[in-house]
Amino acid sequence: MLILILTATVAASIPLVYAALGELVVEKSGVLNLGVEGMMVIGAVCAFMVAAETGLLWLAVLAGAVAGALMALIFAVLTLSLMANQVASGLALTIFGVGLSAFIGQAYTSVALDGLKGLSLPWLSSLPVVGKLLFSYDILAYGALLAFFGVSLFLYRSRAGLILRAVGESPHSAHALGYPVIRIRYFAVLFGGAMAGLGGAYLSVVYTPLWAENMTAGRGWIALALVVFATWRPGRVLLGALLFGGATIAQFHVQGLGVEIPSQFLTMLPYLATIVVLVIISRDANVIRLNAPASLGQVYHDDVH
Amino acid sequence: MRGFKLEPRLHPSRKMVYLSPLIAIGLTLLFGMAIFSLLGQSPVKAFHAFFIEPINDWYGLGELLIKASPLALIALGLSVGYRANIWNIGAEGQLTLGAIAAGGVALWLHDSDSHWVLPLMFVAGALGGMAWAAIPALLKTRFNTSEILVSLMLVYIANLLLSWLIHGPWRDPDGYGFPQSRLFSDAALLPNLLEGTRTHAGVLVTLLALGVALVFFRWSLLAFQMRVAGLAPRAAGYAGFNQHRMVWTGLLVGGAAAGMAGTSEVAGPIGQLLIPLSPGYGFAAIIVAFVGRLHPVGIVLASLLMALLYLGGESAQMQLALPAAVSGVFQGMLLFFLLAADVLIHFRVRLTGTKRLAAVIVPEH
Repeated sequence: MLILILTATVAASIPLVYAALGELVVEKSGVLNLGVEGMMVIGAVCAFMVAAETGLLWLAVLAGAVAGALMALIFAVLTLSLMANQVASGLALTIFGVGLSAFIGQAYTSVALDGLKGLSLPWLSSLPVVGKLLFSYDILAYGALLAFFGVSLFLYRSRAGLILRAVGESPHSAHALGYPVIRIRYFAVLFGGAMAGLGGAYLSVVYTPLWAENMTAGRGWIALALVVFATWRPGRVLLGALLFGGATIAQFHVQGLGVEIPSQFLTMLPYLATIVVLVIISRDANVIRLNAPASLGQVYHDDVH
Repeated sequence: MRGFKLEPRLHPSRKMVYLSPLIAIGLTLLFGMAIFSLLGQSPVKAFHAFFIEPINDWYGLGELLIKASPLALIALGLSVGYRANIWNIGAEGQLTLGAIAAGGVALWLHDSDSHWVLPLMFVAGALGGMAWAAIPALLKTRFNTSEILVSLMLVYIANLLLSWLIHGPWRDPDGYGFPQSRLFSDAALLPNLLEGTRTHAGVLVTLLALGVALVFFRWSLLAFQMRVAGLAPRAAGYAGFNQHRMVWTGLLVGGAAAGMAGTSEVAGPIGQLLIPLSPGYGFAAIIVAFVGRLHPVGIVLASLLMALLYLGGESAQMQLALPAAVSGVFQGMLLFFLLAADVLIHFRVRLTGTKRLAAVIVPEH
């Protein structure tokens, strides 16, 4: 029973890990993209459509990532090339994404799909307890772990990561040193979009293999909150995602324990948890100020100081 | 190399402030036509079905007012906060809470035929919306928590709260088990304004709010301070403007407006509590606020345009068998193009390859 809850928690946290790691890189470059929910939901619908049409799950996942990146491209052109307000552009991306996904996905709402199955590793998966706990997931779940190591190493152990962080801290200094600030931010935003799209694809082809309008249900926003919770550090993203995954799973098990609570209040848990956690982290203004990229959310143009 | 370059203007262009919404509307129409063509529809027929058909009679114009009214009301409230960079994006949740509070009054006074039921509902609705908006305000001023994320999370919580009420304690005993409250009594329903349409008295609340907003923005010191804080946060800091008061004002006004919009919906076209209450008015109002330039008159015009997009979506669904979600696509596109066109306010476009004449006039920073 406990193992079942733990593995379900991990599965629920995977979409958040992808989306939040992507947004972490975006914010480290100094850009605030509030459109994660829109990119995720487009990733989810595109992945599902490709899976339903072709049956090729790897292609579906790829389609989700590409679709997320294309959405991010709209945001990038608006905010990086045309210097539009990042908050408004991100909101527009979410409104557009939710509408567009409902529009293009309408024909697929009642389609059934064989989702991605967990790997069955020889010997490892059949180990008692550990086998189920560590070696029973699908390949995308391990991909999330890989993404975590990749992003950590990139940000803190590579020259490119150092430059990206410099761009986020002080774009004008980075520009003066000869780094192409706009181009670097473009790459970061596109990467964030692809990761959000992957998170969405995980939802629609693995976690609950179906398409329903608005099926991301605020996970994109929770991913944004996770980045704040993590105070812009990858390790804490992983931890936070598990915490929220747990809040999502808890709703299914509280009633099993004989507690009489209407289901709606249990469904509120992840959203309530997000608010509570945000309060705890934001309470100390210094923590935020010290860790948030200094130029986060500010418009930048090479010619304007 | 790119084919053009953006050069900062010395002064923002006043002309472009008014022109860019028009450019955005034009581009949205153009792209919309292209999308219809891609879907195999005749663009002319689609245009007619989307933009002309819904409003070619009195009834249709009434529907336009019914949809524009909550959009304008919410956007007016939101614009107060947005002017000071206070980003309340949870109006949808505040609308729901307003509807719950007003609906509670209507159900509680179900047997009353007093004229005070409706005013009481509006007061309750405004307070409900304000209470929901007070949560992000409190957390922002006390704990420095992002009002964007908190107000958004509260949208989901509000919907679940409403769902619980109409599935549980407030479920209609004679409703055959459907998740909805009982129908409101006549005293709790807004009277009709125009014969032959469904236009209800809720529109008057919006007109009243419009007047209040015009006066507030024009003459109040607080509105001026909030405008300054939005345009030049540092200057506002030096001037010692009370940041907490701005956060509270911005969020509470937005919450009250959204709560009253929710009240108008349940006391007007819906007449009971059920899900869904609104086709995303709280989110669409964010676009209305921006397209309307955060100015009361602009907001009213933008709300009519957005209402037309809603009606067009419904009409496209009926006449062209297109999903109604197409209106969300149009709404998103409109905001994209507006944000893109806004670059022309502060920058001029110069094709690269031409003489660098402008460099003489525009000093390098």
